[in-house]
Amino acid sequence: MSEVPIRVLVAKPGLDGHDRGAKVIARALRDAGMDVIYTGIGQTPHMIVEAALQEDVDVVGLSILSGAHMTLLPKVATQLREAGLGHCVIVAGGIIPAEDSALLTSQYGIDAIYGPGTNTDEIVAFIRATVAARRATS
Amino acid sequence: MNDATVQQLATDVRRGDRRALARALTLIERGGAPVRSLRQALSGYGVGSLVGITGAPGAGKSSLTTVITQELRQRGMQVGIIAVDPSSPLSGGSLLGDRIRMYDLAGDSGVFIRSMANRGQYGGLAATTLDAAMLMRAAGFGMVLLETVGAGQSDVAVVDVADTVLLVEAPGMGDEVQSIKAGLLEVADVIVVSKSDRPDAPATLQQLRALVRMQMDADDVWSVPVLPVSAVQHTGVAGVVDALVGHAQWLQTHPATWRQQRRQLLSLQRALEAQLRDAVQQLPGWTTALTQLGQRDSDALARQLLEEFVVSGFTKE
Repeated sequence: MSEVPIRVLVAKPGLDGHDRGAKVIARALRDAGMDVIYTGIGQTPHMIVEAALQEDVDVVGLSILSGAHMTLLPKVATQLREAGLGHCVIVAGGIIPAEDSALLTSQYGIDAIYGPGTNTDEIVAFIRATVAARRATS
Repeated sequence: MNDATVQQLATDVRRGDRRALARALTLIERGGAPVRSLRQALSGYGVGSLVGITGAPGAGKSSLTTVITQELRQRGMQVGIIAVDPSSPLSGGSLLGDRIRMYDLAGDSGVFIRSMANRGQYGGLAATTLDAAMLMRAAGFGMVLLETVGAGQSDVAVVDVADTVLLVEAPGMGDEVQSIKAGLLEVADVIVVSKSDRPDAPATLQQLRALVRMQMDADDVWSVPVLPVSAVQHTGVAGVVDALVGHAQWLQTHPATWRQQRRQLLSLQRALEAQLRDAVQQLPGWTTALTQLGQRDSDALARQLLEEFVVSGFTKE
């Protein structure tokens, strides 16, 4: 019996097509030994939750640059919980103002938010630590 | 995870619970004792057939998988998809991107897509995918499509486990000799020429049909169809699905053709190689051998490891 790599879904909710950031993160996580399922752009919250469920992921990574983060991110978080996937770590990235970030992490169930220029090692370390803690309690 | 939990999980999978299916698939990837319990609890349930979809990278496997699934959905069938992508040999991680091309299937509750990394394994992956297909069948999926990496030895091993092998060839990708070299033509039950909207597609179709006729055997009455498909124009898809359903029905009355016997023999040989390699790598001598790489001849090292293996006596895990 062996430990499977951390499974991460990387998705772009909403309508913006700027996926460079999502792809950089996807590669960095793969290079850190994780299995990364990349869904591409134009994902609705329902599509993201369905994919997270089918793929049995530990982490959902959401990249959003459209400005619709206050609508879409809470929706994904809520629907994940409703689908019985409350254990998933939710990490977001993109252009998200600091005050929105604070709200999303304190009240809307997003575990961490990383803006442009974040060192990918920091994200990898956060995911490893958080997933290890949640796997231990489940 | 204790056995009662695994039994409950198996029951939930049989009820068609998607979350249970997803968790059971993770157990399969993890391996070990729970997998054997799952196998015992679920083998024999479900009747769907397993279709392996293979072909060179870029041949159009994901696009074809998508349009075949849409056609099967229109015919009222539930479809499971196992999409295999390569692991990075350096980090052990993977980037699994088949869902991008399966965009049109996202959100359909009659479809279940699971991405898997091949972990660089040979026979091991074949076993994992076979177990995954067993789970999907037990959960009520009428057809399970297994989309492979598209190259290498692990791919051929995966093909060995499928009931029906669908080979995708893109037009103009090298010549027909490439197909002969790859050895996949021999095991294909249905051949599809993708991107048939392209001008060089008819030539490829003709070449492949000639090749298939050449290797036809008298006692092998399944005639391998070579069919054109355009995923972009959505033409030819119904014909492919008819062929897949037709082959599944044909298998009911023809359980043991030479082609299948040959495939089973190859499968056994690969499993043997994989298990022997895994067992030898458990020996203390393996670590020693790794330190002698480049200093001693590989044949001599292998011989020494085999001798150690025989002396050690084989014990089950």
